[in-house]
Amino acid sequence: MNCTLLPITTDKLMLKAGRKTLLNNISLNITTSGISVIMGPNGAGKSLFVRCLHGLSQPDSGRITFADEVINQYHRKRQALIFQKPVLLKRSVKQNLEFVRSLHRPDNSASIHAALKNVGLSKLANQPANQLSGGERQRLALARALMLRPEVLFLDEACANLDPASVAQIEAVLRQASKNGQKIILITHDIAQAKRLADEVIFLHHGELCEHSPAKAFFQSPKSEAARAYLDGQILV
Amino acid sequence: MSIFTEAITTAFSLIVNVDADLVEIIGLSMKVSLSALFIACLLGLPLGALIGTRDFAFKNTARGILTALMGVPPVVVGLIVYLHLSRSGLFGALELLYTPTAMVIAQVILITPIIAALSSQILEDLHEEYRDLFTSLAVPPPQALLTYLIEARYSLLTVILAGFGRAISEVGAVMIVGGNIDHLTRVMTTAIALETSKGELALALALGLILLLLALIVNFAAQQAKSVLSVQRYGG
Repeated sequence: MNCTLLPITTDKLMLKAGRKTLLNNISLNITTSGISVIMGPNGAGKSLFVRCLHGLSQPDSGRITFADEVINQYHRKRQALIFQKPVLLKRSVKQNLEFVRSLHRPDNSASIHAALKNVGLSKLANQPANQLSGGERQRLALARALMLRPEVLFLDEACANLDPASVAQIEAVLRQASKNGQKIILITHDIAQAKRLADEVIFLHHGELCEHSPAKAFFQSPKSEAARAYLDGQILV
Repeated sequence: MSIFTEAITTAFSLIVNVDADLVEIIGLSMKVSLSALFIACLLGLPLGALIGTRDFAFKNTARGILTALMGVPPVVVGLIVYLHLSRSGLFGALELLYTPTAMVIAQVILITPIIAALSSQILEDLHEEYRDLFTSLAVPPPQALLTYLIEARYSLLTVILAGFGRAISEVGAVMIVGGNIDHLTRVMTTAIALETSKGELALALALGLILLLLALIVNFAAQQAKSVLSVQRYGG
């Protein structure tokens, strides 16, 4: 698969809630495939930024473009978002995937069996989804997202509160998806996970873009004071 | 013999002897209430879904009106339907007054707000839970609505049962628009009211017990259906 939605660009993205500025003038250009990790302390605007990129939230001003076109339904149908708390239908594991397959998509021929196998849930196909553990639920959400064959996959702290085995399983699937050409944009607080996965890092603080660097450069010598403090484990206010 | 013992004996006797009048009354009660319930579901569920899952002007006002209508006195509904169906009324030409159809109309007016208001709350909660996911997945609105109804099926079943309970136990409205005519519009509740007014308290209480039994059977059947559906859905 070749990601045709690149470059992903935001131009002076602003979003306010009352007097509080949640996203402040974010201009960003994601040009390369691979895994982009968004980092930053709580309240930095990471989730909101991803929601804007995915079209779930509307910025007050600024522009978002995919492949030099303003975001539209075509782009949105080629993306998927995995939430921190997976939302699943009150049906069996298999039926959750069947629901996604039933949606009108450019390519909906993906096999449910293969999707479940990919995330190690084959044996739980007929289990009620609401009886799965946290890690299994998140893996099901990942399988569901990948069934859509998104060119861009967003993950909003999808591995938070999961056990190491589940995290490892999800990371393996993400690496494979990235190898297959899917663009991954991942929010995480886990510095070790960011080091394991990131090709580039986007660091936000107080709704502002502080840094956008290749992962190696970011972790070796962060340019911004906020990023340095964050990596040192200092509390950012 | 106390009146309760006599009532239980009478109820037992009516059931065991398959009293023809009783069978007719039960049949009409079920026919009227289930017809009203069916129509009220057709009207109330989409209305509840609309209010619960869509944003529009005066949404809170609509919800407030619906909630207020849940508590409307049945006799007032009966009176309004009576005025419209009586010979000089707007629909007098249809000659529906003192027919089971009039009773169905009155019950539909009574239970539709219940079904709409309760289902709107359930569907609103579900919409809050699924809104982002469905937007993310670009689920078309009709499919999203259908999914909400399927996902909320068990809670909605409880709502439907509440509507049935209101319909089967209602007396004021059906008495006014049905007239409690023997072999035509007499249902369980109007028969109980009649026997009470005649001083036949044991018979009235016996009919009351049978009505209670009927409501229990319907609820039990619905719960069983829910269990069976649940097993079928998860395949084991």
